Amino acid sequence: MPDGALPVLDVKDLKTVFKTRGGEVHAVNDVSFSLKPGELLGVVGESGSGKSVTMMSLIGLLPSPPAEVRNGTVMFDGDDLLNVDAARMRDIRGGDIGFVFQDPMTSLNPVFTVGMQIAEPLRKHMGMNKKAARARAVELLELVGIPDAERRLDDYPHQFSGGMRQRVMIAIALACDPKVLIADEPTTALDVTIQAQILELMKELRTKLGMAVIWITHDLGVIAGIADRVIVMYGGQIVEHAPVADLFADPQHPYTQALLTTIPSVSGERSKRLTIIEGQPPILGAAPTLCPFRDRCNKRVEICERMMPQRYPVSGQHDAACFHADPGIPKEKAVGHAG
Amino acid sequence: MIDAMFGTNFADGAQRIISFQSRSPVFDIIAERMPQTLWVVGMSYVVGVLIALPIGIISAYKQYSIFDQIGTLISMIGFSVPTFFTGVLLIVIFSTMVPLDSIFWLPSIYDTTHEVTDWESFKFQMRQMAMPVFVLALFNAAQISRYMRASMLDNLGQDYVRTARAKGMTEKIVVLKHVLRNSMIPVITVIALGVPQVFGGAIITEQVFKVNGLGQLLITAIQGSDIPMVMTLTFMFAILIVLFNLIADVLYGVLDPRIRYD
Repeated sequence: MPDGALPVLDVKDLKTVFKTRGGEVHAVNDVSFSLKPGELLGVVGESGSGKSVTMMSLIGLLPSPPAEVRNGTVMFDGDDLLNVDAARMRDIRGGDIGFVFQDPMTSLNPVFTVGMQIAEPLRKHMGMNKKAARARAVELLELVGIPDAERRLDDYPHQFSGGMRQRVMIAIALACDPKVLIADEPTTALDVTIQAQILELMKELRTKLGMAVIWITHDLGVIAGIADRVIVMYGGQIVEHAPVADLFADPQHPYTQALLTTIPSVSGERSKRLTIIEGQPPILGAAPTLCPFRDRCNKRVEICERMMPQRYPVSGQHDAACFHADPGIPKEKAVGHAG
Repeated sequence: MIDAMFGTNFADGAQRIISFQSRSPVFDIIAERMPQTLWVVGMSYVVGVLIALPIGIISAYKQYSIFDQIGTLISMIGFSVPTFFTGVLLIVIFSTMVPLDSIFWLPSIYDTTHEVTDWESFKFQMRQMAMPVFVLALFNAAQISRYMRASMLDNLGQDYVRTARAKGMTEKIVVLKHVLRNSMIPVITVIALGVPQVFGGAIITEQVFKVNGLGQLLITAIQGSDIPMVMTLTFMFAILIVLFNLIADVLYGVLDPRIRYD
């Protein structure tokens, strides 16, 4: 990971709201992060923590209504993606930013051939003719490890297995040499052996092509194996952000700590029940004014009921949104109020 | 010729199927009546489909918009108000209330003997077809546009639509290529299965506008206990229904690669 390079993607104070019949849902609240060229940024969090919504907000993929991006800037290539016109946005989508979705079974159009679906962005963004696009599509399929690529181009998605389809999705996302690849739980719908294959493939492609990757997942094991830096999201906010080694060695936020304890161990004594985090994630009915993890936190202190924690720096690239990480509050005192 | 095809021709010495009412071969009568039905009912079906598809697509794409609400209201009216009411209503307006010399005046009785020879007679043909075609097209369009809308809505929410957008495709390509191709699969079936009804004629509308097509022929044959005629017609409808079911199934395979048999 090249340090000190200018970020390829810089997100500041992103805020996304869904308007529903029951009122507004504040799915993403003041999320800020940046992505350096060639870096792999992991985003973890449980369902409904705002991981996917954050990334889809970036490139305007959320249906509006009901979604509305309220606030923030997303700087990419000198443009604020939240303020560019629709045509420029379409050039960026699929061109400079590729997207791989969670479910490969439904993410490909069933009535068009795989070749046509790969060629589509090539013809639009790279201005290729039919023949050139087809040749490139063969290259891409070979790149993602599909044997007999030339012939498979004329097959339909239903003739591919789940793992193969995800490879095709990756090929589509990589088609125009994107600067950033956003992978939204690309291995969740796949079984573990295929998952390992896709992970290996992504690692390999990333070093080969040198693009930055945002990898959304709720699997910490995947993160440990692949990411450079990690963002932990909870309740639509970033609660902790750290280089991957620091996050596993020295987690600061109680939520991250709790998450790490929930990973069942292969070695060692087998406990009767899996460790869980008690309670439910918050319903984001209003813009949060207090720490969203407050109700489930076993290190809650008195100040948690009054103020919203900021993201306090822990070390160089490590920060956490918890008063326990606030250097202004003496640690012993804070822990003393726990209850 | 038709007689020869079905082996009911007199020349081979076989017994012709003779209508009880008119004592003439049933196939001759059917061949006589067929053009009127195909012109009026067929045209109304084509017009109905051509209106219904864009309405269905726009209604679904802009769900709950004013266009969608008005479209829903009109198709509800078109579907629930019987054709004998809309037909008579149109006659009252365009044949009696509108003055005879106005260009909006339309004849209330369809002249079967009218032959299209030049531009003037073609214009007259269009005018006399206008009302029955409109009445039937409204009914067909109401039905098909609802199917189209529902099918589009089903597909607009699919993951592959998001993929197409993530690839940077324009909305036009996303909707008219990716979504439409998938949405047409069930709609084509409905359209194909509706075609036999065109041959069956529109019994009520043909009565209202005095179009002596197949529907009217069937009704008079039933009233006159003309068994050979009724049997021939119903058998013909049966064949057509089976045939178009087969066509619908084949089309299904053409449109949807998942069920292709290769």
